Amino acid sequence: MMPNQKQPTLDRRAVMDALLKARGDSLIVTGLGSTCYDAGTADHPNTFYLWGGMGAAAMMGLGLALAQPTRRTVVITGDGEMLMAMGAFATIGAKAPKNLSIIVIDNEHYSETGMQPTHTHRGVSLAAVAKGCNFPRSGTVYTEQELASEIPGLFTGTDLAFCDVKVNTQRYPMSIRMRDGSHIKNRFRENLFGQKAFD
Amino acid sequence: MKQETTARVWPRDIYDTFKRLGIEQVAFVPDAGHTQLIRDCESDNSIETVSLTSEQEGVAMLAGGWLGGKRGALLMQSSGVGNCINMLSVIQECRFPLLMIVTMRGEWGEFNPWQLPMGQSTQQVLEHAGVIVQRADRADEVGEVIYAAGLMTFSSNRPIAVLLGQRLIGFKDWSK
Repeated sequence: MMPNQKQPTLDRRAVMDALLKARGDSLIVTGLGSTCYDAGTADHPNTFYLWGGMGAAAMMGLGLALAQPTRRTVVITGDGEMLMAMGAFATIGAKAPKNLSIIVIDNEHYSETGMQPTHTHRGVSLAAVAKGCNFPRSGTVYTEQELASEIPGLFTGTDLAFCDVKVNTQRYPMSIRMRDGSHIKNRFRENLFGQKAFD
Repeated sequence: MKQETTARVWPRDIYDTFKRLGIEQVAFVPDAGHTQLIRDCESDNSIETVSLTSEQEGVAMLAGGWLGGKRGALLMQSSGVGNCINMLSVIQECRFPLLMIVTMRGEWGEFNPWQLPMGQSTQQVLEHAGVIVQRADRADEVGEVIYAAGLMTFSSNRPIAVLLGQRLIGFKDWSK
């Protein structure tokens, strides 16, 4: 398979900045690695940061979306992380919760491990996978304009949605040092439930 | 042919126990031993049931459910335990509660030798992954064991697996 013809040009931190500005009262789950560090540039107690469990993000999002049906849950993860959860596309598409969005920040590479190409660099379309897995909304965006037109549906839409955002391979340093999983979990739950989080 | 002849009541005991524990999310990869329980949960509008492609999805999903304030349970066969290992690191690092109900294969009268490698190592694998393991081998203790495990997991924020012995499920007799 030939590499994708289109060269991604969007900057991942600019994309994350645009996404987080639209967060409203949505609940956000990041994947491990770059999306965790990107989201950490604008920390918020409604963000749950995964620092491990590769492949966990989408399914954590499903559990959260089902548990909090009156709010929107938005998963923001990387292409490598999502490729490890291909089955989750099917599980989520079959359940089809209306209040869940999955956004993949897709640089077509494994940034953390030496920039090896992922399958999305070799012709695999995650948006096509989502579409084939019963996601009513699914698309791939390459430009700021396309991203801007997708954002409202991703954060305030009324249906299950997937969006693959193609970004370049620019790397950035870690932005966040908070990595104790128990603390991240407790902070998230305390913000939602107050002292009842610790009943 | 199943050795067991009397109607099973313990799957209904598990469902009743889930209700007592306030379980509102049930994720599963189907197993014959869980057939009736899955049906009971699916017909209960206050329980979200999610059929998984792989057991590890359920570990992550129930962590997300707990983030959102819901108690859940994960049903699987012993062969599925191996699929969960790295995902259990999320449970351990974050101190999420997790109630796993595991129907055992490969430990008693098993006709399929391919079930033995995972069935024989299920308990050790879970324990190495930081999961507390408890067992029920008699029909009359299933409900009580799961209730006790549920109380402990949700009050301690630690994962507990209850292994349902293959003697409960019965075995296929391939001798004739």
